[in-house]
Amino acid sequence: MMTSTASNTAESAGLETSPPTQGALATGARKRRGHNRELRLFLWSLPIIVFVLAAIVGPMVVEYDPVKVRTGDRLKPPGAILRDGSRAWLGTDQVGRDMLAQVLQGARISLLVGAATVLFAGLIGLVMGTLAGFYGGFLDALLMRLADIQLAFPSILLAIMIAAVLGPSVANVIITLSLTRWVTFGRVARAATLSAKERDYVIAARSMGAGTPRLLRWHIVPSTIAPLIVIATVEVGLVIIAEASLSFLGLGTPPDQPSWGQTVAHGRDYLNRAWWIATMPGLALSIVVLSVGAFGDRLRDYLDPRMRGA
Amino acid sequence: MTPYLLRRFAYAIFVLWGALTIIFVTIRIVPGDPASMMLGAGATEEDVAALRHRLGLDEPLPVQYVQFLGDAIRLDFGNSLWLNRPVLSSIGERITATARLAVTAMAIALLVSFPLGILAALKKRTFIDGLVSVVSLLGQSVPSFWLGIMLILVFARQLRLLPSAGSDTWKHLVLPSVTLALPLIGVLTRLVRSGLLEVMYEDYIRTARAKGLDPRSVLVRHALRNMLIPVVTVAGLQLGNLLGGTVIVETVFGWPGIGRLLVDAIFNRDYPLVQAAILCITATFITINLIVDISYVYLDPRIRLQ
Repeated sequence: MMTSTASNTAESAGLETSPPTQGALATGARKRRGHNRELRLFLWSLPIIVFVLAAIVGPMVVEYDPVKVRTGDRLKPPGAILRDGSRAWLGTDQVGRDMLAQVLQGARISLLVGAATVLFAGLIGLVMGTLAGFYGGFLDALLMRLADIQLAFPSILLAIMIAAVLGPSVANVIITLSLTRWVTFGRVARAATLSAKERDYVIAARSMGAGTPRLLRWHIVPSTIAPLIVIATVEVGLVIIAEASLSFLGLGTPPDQPSWGQTVAHGRDYLNRAWWIATMPGLALSIVVLSVGAFGDRLRDYLDPRMRGA
Repeated sequence: MTPYLLRRFAYAIFVLWGALTIIFVTIRIVPGDPASMMLGAGATEEDVAALRHRLGLDEPLPVQYVQFLGDAIRLDFGNSLWLNRPVLSSIGERITATARLAVTAMAIALLVSFPLGILAALKKRTFIDGLVSVVSLLGQSVPSFWLGIMLILVFARQLRLLPSAGSDTWKHLVLPSVTLALPLIGVLTRLVRSGLLEVMYEDYIRTARAKGLDPRSVLVRHALRNMLIPVVTVAGLQLGNLLGGTVIVETVFGWPGIGRLLVDAIFNRDYPLVQAAILCITATFITINLIVDISYVYLDPRIRLQ
C-alpha cells in the first residue's frame, strides 16, 4: 500500500539501469526509439489529464450534496434509474447519494492534497536541501540527521501520529503529509546542490564576485529543479495513497468531505448488499496512482540521457 | 569489523533518541490540553487537573522530557487510560500477532519476487518482462486498504473460501498477509530484475561465462550472490513500511495486532498507549535496520576489511 512509501522513491529514481548497448544503433532506430518514448510519455499522461479535468470540472457538472438523504434510492446498483428519473452510473450509497458525484468530489480532494503537499514538501525540501548542501558543516549535519530520524519512522506511522494530534481536516492532512514527505526532496536537492557547487560555471560565477544569494538563485537552485520534478511525480502517487489511507482510518478528511478513502471505509459495511460503494472510489484511486507512477517512470527515462540509446 | 558495528550501534541509539524526541514534541504541541481532550467534553475541572497531575503534565516541559526519556529507558509507559492496565502488557500481547503477520508477508514477498524478478531479467524486453513490470507497478499502486477489502469481497463473501476477520487458524492469515505482501512484491521484483541486469554486465560474469560454466551456476553462484546487498537493504527498509502497513491491514481484517491497538488507542485518546505503540513499532524498525547493517558484514567481505 502506501507502505511502499518512503524508500521506494529512491530506488525507482535511480536503480533502474540501462545496460550498455551492444554497438551503435542505426540513426533511424534511435529516432524511432526516441519517438516511442515521447508517445509513451504522452499516453500515460492521458489518464492524469482526465483525472485533473474530472477533479476540476466534474463536481460542477454532477452536483454532490453531502447532507442530502434520499432513502428511496438507497444502495442502488450501477446504472439504476433513480426516482427522479436520473441514472446513477456508479450506483448510490447507503443514504442514496450518487456514487459518481462522490467519486468526482473525491478526485478534487485527492488532486488538491496531492498537488499542495508535493508543492509544500518540495519547497521545504528545496530550502533545507540546498542550504545543507551549500553551507555544509554543522547545518548540513543537523538537517540530514533530522532527515535520518524522520526516516526511522515507518512513514505512515508518523503521519498517523501527527494527523491524530491535529484532527481531521483537509488543511491538516496537507500539513501532516508535507511534514512527513519533505525528506526525499531534501536529500535530492542536497545531492544536486553538492554536485552543482563544484561545477566550473559556479566556480566561475563565484570568482567573478557573485554573492551567495545570487549564486543560489541563478546557479544552484536551477540545477536542482529537474531531479526534484522527477521525484515529485513519484511522490504525488504516494501522497494520494497516504491521504486516502488516513481518511480510511478516519484521520484524514472530515465527514462532509468525501475523500476516496473515507467512502471506501463506509462501503466496507455494505459489502454484501452493495459492492460498488467500496469498489468504485478504490478503482479510481488505483487507476490514478498507477498512471502517475507509470508517467513518472517514463518521465525519468525521458529526462535521463543515459536511457537514450547509445 | 568491531568499530563498524559499534558505530552502527551508536547511530541506532542516536536515531532512537531522536524518534523519542519527535514523539514527545508531537504529542505536546496539541492545540489545547491533552488531559481535557482525553476526558472529553463532560469532564469537570478537578478531573482534568487530577489527570494532568497523574500524567505529569503539570510539570515544566524540560522536567517532563527527562521523565519521559527515563520512563522509556525503563520501558515504564504507565497505565493505559482506556484499558486501565499497564501499557506494556497490552502491547506485549499484541506484538506477536503483528510479527506473525509481518513475517508471513515478508516470506511471501521474497518467495514471489525472486523468481519473478529473475524471470523478467532473463527474458528482458519480452512480453514476459512487460507482464512482470505491470504486476509490480500494480503492486505498488493499489492501496492496501482497498486491496484488502476487494480480497474480502471476492474470497470471503463471494467464494466463501477464506474468513474475512479473526486470527485463529492459518486460514485467517492468508488474506491479510497477501494484502501486506503485494506492495513489497512490487518493489522487490523491480529491484531483483534491475540488480540482476546490472551484475550481468560485470567482468566477472563474462569471465565465468567465458570459462564455460553452465548458465545456471553463473546465475546462482556469481550473479545472484552479488545482487543480494541492494535487495537485503531494501527488504530491510521495506520491513519498516511493512510494519506501518500493518496498521492499515490489521484495521481492515480485524487482526489483533499492535497496529489496530494503535488506531483504537488514538480514537480513545489514550496518549500513553499511542506513545508506547508508536515507539514500539519505530524501535522495531530501527532494530531491523541495525540487523541489516550487521548482515552486510557477512554478505560483503569488503566491509569487513574496512
